[in-house]
Amino acid sequence: MNLSALRRGLGNSLVQAVLVVVGLLWLTPLAGLLVSSLRSAQDTAKGGWWTALTSPRQLSFDNYTSLLGNAGMTRAFWNTVLISVPTTILVVAIAALAGYAFAWLEFPGRDALFLLVVALLVVPVQIGLLPVAKLFGQLGLFGTIPGVVLFHVSYGLPFAIFLLRNYFAEIPREMLEAARMDGGNEWRIFTRLVLPVGRPALASLAIFQFLWVWNDMLVALLFADSSSQPLTVELQSQIRQFGSNIDVLAPGAFLSLIVPVAVFFAFQRHFVQGVMAGSVK
Amino acid sequence: MTVTLTRTTAPPAAEAVARKRRARRRGRTVALLFVLPALLLLGALVVYPVLFSVGRSFFDASGTRFVGGDNYTEMFRDPATLKAVRNTAVWVVVAPTLLTGLGLILAVLVEKVRWATAFKLLLFMPMAVSFLAAGIIFRLAYDEDPDKGVLNAAAVGVHDAFRDTAGYPTARARDGAGLTRGADGSYRTGTTVSPGDTVTLGLVGVAPKDLPAGAEPASAAAARPAGPDELRGVVYLDFTPGGGGKQGAVDRQESGLPKVRVEAVRDGKTVASTTTAADGSFRFPGLETGSYSVALPGSNFSQPYDGISWLGPALVTPAIIGAYLWIWTGFAMVLIGAGLSTLPRDSLEAARMDGANEWQVFRRITVPLLAPVLTVVFVTLVINVMKVFDLVYIIAPGPVQEDATVLATQMWLVSFGGGNDQGLGSALGVLLLLLVIPAMVFNVRRFRGSQR
Repeated sequence: MNLSALRRGLGNSLVQAVLVVVGLLWLTPLAGLLVSSLRSAQDTAKGGWWTALTSPRQLSFDNYTSLLGNAGMTRAFWNTVLISVPTTILVVAIAALAGYAFAWLEFPGRDALFLLVVALLVVPVQIGLLPVAKLFGQLGLFGTIPGVVLFHVSYGLPFAIFLLRNYFAEIPREMLEAARMDGGNEWRIFTRLVLPVGRPALASLAIFQFLWVWNDMLVALLFADSSSQPLTVELQSQIRQFGSNIDVLAPGAFLSLIVPVAVFFAFQRHFVQGVMAGSVK
Repeated sequence: MTVTLTRTTAPPAAEAVARKRRARRRGRTVALLFVLPALLLLGALVVYPVLFSVGRSFFDASGTRFVGGDNYTEMFRDPATLKAVRNTAVWVVVAPTLLTGLGLILAVLVEKVRWATAFKLLLFMPMAVSFLAAGIIFRLAYDEDPDKGVLNAAAVGVHDAFRDTAGYPTARARDGAGLTRGADGSYRTGTTVSPGDTVTLGLVGVAPKDLPAGAEPASAAAARPAGPDELRGVVYLDFTPGGGGKQGAVDRQESGLPKVRVEAVRDGKTVASTTTAADGSFRFPGLETGSYSVALPGSNFSQPYDGISWLGPALVTPAIIGAYLWIWTGFAMVLIGAGLSTLPRDSLEAARMDGANEWQVFRRITVPLLAPVLTVVFVTLVINVMKVFDLVYIIAPGPVQEDATVLATQMWLVSFGGGNDQGLGSALGVLLLLLVIPAMVFNVRRFRGSQR
């Protein structure tokens, strides 16, 4: 009895030790980026970021000051906002409308169309790049922010509709019929009943979608030009001279990850749910 | 219920039917308006492109000549795309397996500590970080220069901890300074020495900036007399910064060379060995009388160990998979942890009561019960791994890009990154689509099942 308790106690401290090591392992790369982003190019050339831990005089916000003074960087940051916010709103709005219609409204071919939408879940973004680029070229959307947004919205929709239809379908039939009997038209029912009831799903979807687009590089790499490119593409273009550009890349990367990480900590539960649901993609 | 009853009794039957039909038609119009924006976008930007790409994949690079399945056979003939297919296969097998295993272990372990939530949050956080930022983070960590990359700094640190000599790869002796060079790169005194002697071994070819920190001037030690049964000496840098020193003599400003391995050799056999102190001094106490020579073995002059070439052609894919683990382990752990919390506590407790140890409980009960969840995690990861693009594109340095290439990056390179073969590029896109379909069908089935 005493022996097994002792063994359990020992086992538990071993588990704690293992998890502490794993936790540190996970924190180190991020700490490396943060510390690197606060060091000058000269210090970076001289030694690793960990030397700053013993001589904290190396640390300063100079890199960030010059980053914020860099017109290309600040524009790229705003482009990221201008791409990800409208995309998120559009995906949620369009998918909520369609999701409600697929769940509760009658129209010919409804089930077949919904099956098609679900089938589109498999389509990888890659397959759309070339044809849509040609199409956008003809429409004058290539290299513009609306072009990037439209592409993201389209490829975000199948999952979004799938998620919301399934969520809305759970709304009790009596609730909707009572609203219809009270003389509510479909638009009223949608805005007054369906959207409020669906809030948890809408929030998870919005967070997932925002994250996805904020972090995207591939789509913007093709569809954005130098005036509409987001932070990821702007930073990517400087990767070639990686060694000599750390004083720009490290703070830039930190700037680009601080927004989603803040969203993560602010909305932990919705965030985890959104990512979990979104991983079907 | 009462509302329905009063309604049906009010209007005459014929009028009611007509009104119902009208209402239905209006309902249809409204429904179509609700789905129209989605259908328009999906039709124009998803359905049409898929059809276009499938068609385009049967045409040549310029899109003018129908080539049938040539692009698809080319995919497995062209060394670059074949490499991409192979690497993707490695990714699909290795990454989901490691992630599921790691996630399972951590999910089980984290249940046992009180700060489980904090740990889960920490490990899940990289999911919020873009592949680009993660790529920069790991490009930094994997840097080959041990003075930049934390992983190589650790590797070199561990390696050097098992080796007490400092390397002086550029050091050499001046000709005629009393040291002769052996075939293995070692140096040995030309004349023999006996206990009671003090020898000075001057080397050149070490730049002052390459001297180890903490090296001290050697002149004091060089002047110290040796006892009757000991052999003393210094290994020093026979070079005075700023000039003015005398060759072959230990001048006042000249530095000792610390951590040089020194051997006392008698009749061709090493009888004693030591390493030099900060001022380059060494001593061999307790020697028998006789004639010796002093040798500096070749290991002093070998190239220093400079770590592992993480981003070289051989290790680049495992290295990028490592970065991928950093991002996704939290996901696997949280999903498996959710499954773990639904396991029947009673059967676990019962097994423990029957005297099963933790490992047996894990092997015989936890894992089999978790099998469905583990499958879901695995399949989900397969889908995501198949499409991996940014990480490879960012972490693999330019020249190694072709060793690290996967389907998604290859598709990009072939179509837009200079390859300019949109026929082959489309075929690669279609292949990606075909590969994702089975996993996706599985996942959608599961998702719908869980919704019911």
